[in-house]
Amino acid sequence: MNIAQKTTKFLTIAVIALFTTVNFALNSNENNQGEEDGGKVNTKSEITAYIQHHLADSHDFSLFSYTSSEGERKHFGFPLPVIVWTSKGLVTFMSSAFHHNDDGHVIVEKGGLKFAKIHSKIYELDSNAATVSFDESHHATNAHKVLDFSITKSVFGILLASLLIFLGFTKLAKQYKTKAIPTGLGRALEPLVLYVRDEIARPNIGEKKYRKFMPYLLTVFFFIWILNLMGLTPFGFNVTGQIAITVCLALFTLVVYISNGTKDFWMHTLWMPGVPKLLRPILAVLELAGFLLIKPFSLLVRLFANITAGHSVVMGIAALMILLKTQFGTVGATGISFALTLFLTVIEILVAFLQAFIFTMLSALFIGMAVEEHEHH
Amino acid sequence: MDIFNDFSIGLFALQAVILIVLLVLLKKFAWKPILASLEERETGIEDALKSAENARKEMQNLTADNERLAKEARAERDAMMKEAREIRENMIAEAKEDAKEVTASLIEKAQASIAQEKQAALAEIKKNVADLSIGIAESVIKKELSNKKDQLDLVEGILKDVTLN
Repeated sequence: MNIAQKTTKFLTIAVIALFTTVNFALNSNENNQGEEDGGKVNTKSEITAYIQHHLADSHDFSLFSYTSSEGERKHFGFPLPVIVWTSKGLVTFMSSAFHHNDDGHVIVEKGGLKFAKIHSKIYELDSNAATVSFDESHHATNAHKVLDFSITKSVFGILLASLLIFLGFTKLAKQYKTKAIPTGLGRALEPLVLYVRDEIARPNIGEKKYRKFMPYLLTVFFFIWILNLMGLTPFGFNVTGQIAITVCLALFTLVVYISNGTKDFWMHTLWMPGVPKLLRPILAVLELAGFLLIKPFSLLVRLFANITAGHSVVMGIAALMILLKTQFGTVGATGISFALTLFLTVIEILVAFLQAFIFTMLSALFIGMAVEEHEHH
Repeated sequence: MDIFNDFSIGLFALQAVILIVLLVLLKKFAWKPILASLEERETGIEDALKSAENARKEMQNLTADNERLAKEARAERDAMMKEAREIRENMIAEAKEDAKEVTASLIEKAQASIAQEKQAALAEIKKNVADLSIGIAESVIKKELSNKKDQLDLVEGILKDVTLN
């Protein structure tokens, strides 16, 4: 836990430091090249924009893009379906309709409505507008966001991770039918299941009640861990760095421990025995705030911040390759950047496990608090 | 980085649905069988260890029993041998005692018979002496009438014979 906190702190500080310097640089480099060079990422502001674009969800799955010799921008990847709930009901089309445009200049007409994509969000244009107009702070004035149920890159990642987890563990489950000790992949998965059971669930929830919560804890642990790891692959998923995902996971934990709270738990939360009666309402407010707000919030922010910070730092350090080119030359800059990125990626592999562990561990701890039965004296 | 502007309700909803479906599917097809098998295996191992321990204890008891039996047998043998020795010694002692008694009685009898013989011999001698004396007296009386000198010679002659006898 200590190491985890230190790592978290270190990464947070590193990210803050990175963003501060990048933002300073942003002012001096504004508008120097723009789009003329065909979308190459060369300057600090472009790097910042690129990192932020990566951290956000996206509507297509792009692996890499390059500018061909004819000056044409080529994207390597595949489009994903866009499913939006609009003022006229459900509308679906493929994200390729936007032609990788992300600043609202490409308008897609579908079902009698006009759509634009601005910073990875789908906007529905007002009925009389033909193009998106922006105010000074770059907010669209004649378009509004729609409820977006698209299979975005994150949703695709979730589905992929779910499929992997499902296939892996049903295979393990089948193996037990024929042999006592699993082989192959199952041999690697079994200790992880045992780890979650013996190191997370049992000590925190207690021998009597842990069984009921095992499916939830196992699912959450592997879900977060696999998605964290997928975020470190060149496919560049950033699922657990999406605030919506971590909010959802934290709410699940909240629902699980609130719905399983024992009589003792509610009594200790709402009407703490052994405390002067005047203090009890105050304590009740504090305890309720703790269980309903602070604990889920700490869960969702910890996971979100760690993964976002990790991705930002790794990408930022990778960008040193470009930024240090003038000082150290191509080979020097690439070498420095490669060594540092490798180092950070290794740390991120650790963090990927650690954050899955901490989330599951704290979920188990909170569940343990809720189902605990006190000895009455 | 506007976190709350970044929050997508659609993504949240899809994630919730997928997670619930995943939970239900995994619970049914993966976690339940896996955890059940693991527990089964663990109890199996525990039972096996317990029975092994029991077997070991039983073995220990058996060897202890064997040792106890051997000890008892040894003690019994010792006791039996001791008894036999005692019996033998007693027998020897008794025999000696008996022998002593028998010899003593034999000696006694012998002495008695010797004494008897002696008495008988003495009685015989006495009788002989009496006979002899009577004979002598007879002869002396027969010869007295003839010659005094002859008488004396005769007595002397008889006495000589007697001494020679």
